[in-house]
Amino acid sequence: MNRDLSTRGLGRRRAMGSLGTGLALFCATLAAAALLAILGYVVVQGIGAINWSFLTQLPHPVGVPGGGVGNGILGSLIIIGTATLMAVPIGLLTGIYLALFGRGPVPEALRFLSDVLSGVPSIAIGLFAYAVLVAPLKHFSAFSASFGFMMLMLPLLVRTSEQAIRSVPQTVREGALALGMSNFRATVSIVLPTAMPAIITALLLAIARVTGETAPLLFTAFGSQFWESNPGNPMAELSLQVFTYAISPYPSWQSQAWGGALLLIVAVFVLSLGARLFLRRAMQGSGT
Amino acid sequence: MSPADRGFAAVVYLGSSLFAILIIGLFVELVLGSWPSIVKFGPAFIFSSSWDPINSKFGALPMIYGTVVTSLIAIILASFIGIMAAVFLSDFAPRWLGQPLSFLIELLAAVPSVVYGLWGLFVLSPFVRTAVGPALQKVFGWTPLFSGPIYGVGLLTAGIILALMIVPTVTAISRDVIAAIPRDLREASMALGTTKWETAIRVVLPAARIGIFGACILALGRALGETIAVTMVIGNRPEISASLFAPSYTLASVIANEFTEATTNIYISALIELGLILFFVSMIVNGLARVMIWSVRGSERT
Amino acid sequence: MSAEAVTVDHVLTTEDLNAYYGSRKAVGDVSIGFGRKAITALIGPSGCGKTTLLRCLNRIHEVSFDARVQGSVRLDGQDIYSSGVDPMAIRRRIGMVFQRPNPFPTLSILDNTLACAARGLNRKARVESAERALRQAALWDEVKDKLKSNPLQLSGGQQQRLCIARAVAAEPDVLLMDEPTASLDPIATAVIEELMGSLADEFTIVAVTHNMQQAARVSDVTAFMLADEDGIGRLIEVDETAKLFTKPANRKTEDYITGRFG
Repeated sequence: MNRDLSTRGLGRRRAMGSLGTGLALFCATLAAAALLAILGYVVVQGIGAINWSFLTQLPHPVGVPGGGVGNGILGSLIIIGTATLMAVPIGLLTGIYLALFGRGPVPEALRFLSDVLSGVPSIAIGLFAYAVLVAPLKHFSAFSASFGFMMLMLPLLVRTSEQAIRSVPQTVREGALALGMSNFRATVSIVLPTAMPAIITALLLAIARVTGETAPLLFTAFGSQFWESNPGNPMAELSLQVFTYAISPYPSWQSQAWGGALLLIVAVFVLSLGARLFLRRAMQGSGT
Repeated sequence: MSPADRGFAAVVYLGSSLFAILIIGLFVELVLGSWPSIVKFGPAFIFSSSWDPINSKFGALPMIYGTVVTSLIAIILASFIGIMAAVFLSDFAPRWLGQPLSFLIELLAAVPSVVYGLWGLFVLSPFVRTAVGPALQKVFGWTPLFSGPIYGVGLLTAGIILALMIVPTVTAISRDVIAAIPRDLREASMALGTTKWETAIRVVLPAARIGIFGACILALGRALGETIAVTMVIGNRPEISASLFAPSYTLASVIANEFTEATTNIYISALIELGLILFFVSMIVNGLARVMIWSVRGSERT
Repeated sequence: MSAEAVTVDHVLTTEDLNAYYGSRKAVGDVSIGFGRKAITALIGPSGCGKTTLLRCLNRIHEVSFDARVQGSVRLDGQDIYSSGVDPMAIRRRIGMVFQRPNPFPTLSILDNTLACAARGLNRKARVESAERALRQAALWDEVKDKLKSNPLQLSGGQQQRLCIARAVAAEPDVLLMDEPTASLDPIATAVIEELMGSLADEFTIVAVTHNMQQAARVSDVTAFMLADEDGIGRLIEVDETAKLFTKPANRKTEDYITGRFG
């Protein structure tokens, strides 16, 4: 009987296997290395531009050295802050509705709409904000930018609120109702607090996402050279400034673009990582 | 129902209705804004290749071409790299290597678009112009794809940047899908005497192909809508050229580049119509992707 | 099939009660009375509808998806299912303890206990109120020094007593218990069984239990339920516990008690 246990022929297959594994490793490393390359470059180019005056001053005209992105930082805080204030109630309420009224044509329609919205390119959302808040008022405004950012944040908030509320055990909700609590009290004082960690995490991630968005701002906030805190007026925004400086032909502005880019990356990473750490700690703290 | 409950229900209904109205309103406004352009140019808009603001002649073909080409380049590159990376991370990587690599790749998704554009403009473009471009031209210069002057900005650079931006999507979802394939399948294959690599390629990947395909389609959807990074490296020229080195335009980047300069109503309307086309394309592509990913991951949605 | 009840003061009665999940009938034509300040046990094999019946008594059944009820349940003569009756008010008079302890995870032990007790009391009155309830649940001594801590740190048995304290703090007329010791170890079980005896001095108790011996130990009256060929839960027999377990009137009861099935 010829039960050949020799490794003849296996050598070539083994080699193919090693080659393949090596290729896969290479691809994974390539992607990771790309990130490090971009990060590294931004840090190296941008760190030189960052100093106190960069963070606190207005942009200087071309030719005048110095200046900064102070108004952009302020503008970003105002625009994103306003967007968050608008997105949270709508997103949370819709999530509560979907969690409480689960099945049926209306909830399914809402979920479908939410999925559609999450796929809409941000530039199209910018067009919507323009059509609704800029064109009729014939006026660029920070508020219209916040409106656009709100639209970008909503799908994540809605989806996470629904999932988080759903994952609170049914028995906790029934326990509250069995005590004679109204649906309102049961949801708001008992179920929602339990679902909070996941919702806050999603909020941080949504904020991280819009911090990195520029497209909708082009024709809503429009940008500005001055300090501005009135949401009804055009306003500077950090990522918009980076964009404007980057495509300008002036080296002094271009180096400030790198500085701004570094600020953006730090902000987005802090928010994203902070969100994950927060979630992990909150999950551990709850004991269950 | 108590007054508190009634009030609560009313507020919840209000919030949800507002949500629905906003999204439906988005669609309606895009249609309303495009209407003058739709009426004036009709279906020929999609096939016309002239983009002439001065004479108010507008056609979407160059933008569609640019969008398709850059997205194709992106998805081809990102699928290969992403799927290979996913296979490695789920089936081959030891924990000490897999976790940090996964983490770094996911961070790629967090990088702001304008930062990609900045890096693309000042690092990748010169690199393409001085190194990658000439190398490709030397080998493939006889094809129209790699002929012509190399500016650095253009379809190829935009495609590469897009690929980087969507690799995390492909990798993360594919990795989850692959990891969800039951262990029994792998063990059955190994028990037949195959190598781990053969198992991964011939057994696991085919089993996961629907989910992986869905991941790629989803990534494609993201590439189609990407605006800022593309507009910074594509050259912004409304021309159709066979060469990948040529500057071009995408649906998203033309809106970004020209909207604030648009002077006439028909100009604005044409740009909004491009946005409407983008809306539909994204909706279809994303819908397709979700259907595929659902069928593999069950009720858990991305 | 309804059973003849002893002439007892029934604080809670059902008449031809039917309960549905969608189109599936889970409980059919149950008419039963629960004696004031007595402990009534509901026993029967899995799927016989005893938990569903219990959940109809405080209108928690209807909270489940597509669930509905037909027939009436009377608390002190008044039908709790008639229109115009507020389910919340009913649930304050008929409390419930669940199979698995479910303290509210984001509230402290003190706040859990007082979750539905009287509002607007000052701090001293709140602690007194909580103490009363926790003593009734035989938990006060074990938690009096950690009223502010998270209830999830307590053991399973302690958490269940906390849930009992929470339920009695609302001063209900009737206390429903759905297999209250099912998830507990034998010692914790014994503690709660003893507790039920003292609770019955103040409250009417209806307890679903999986465990026949527990019913025999703890209850004054026992009701036996069984699912018929169509899967509908029916009341087979109700009687004083001692009588039901020694000389059951119905053959099916006897089969169940002697372990011939279930």
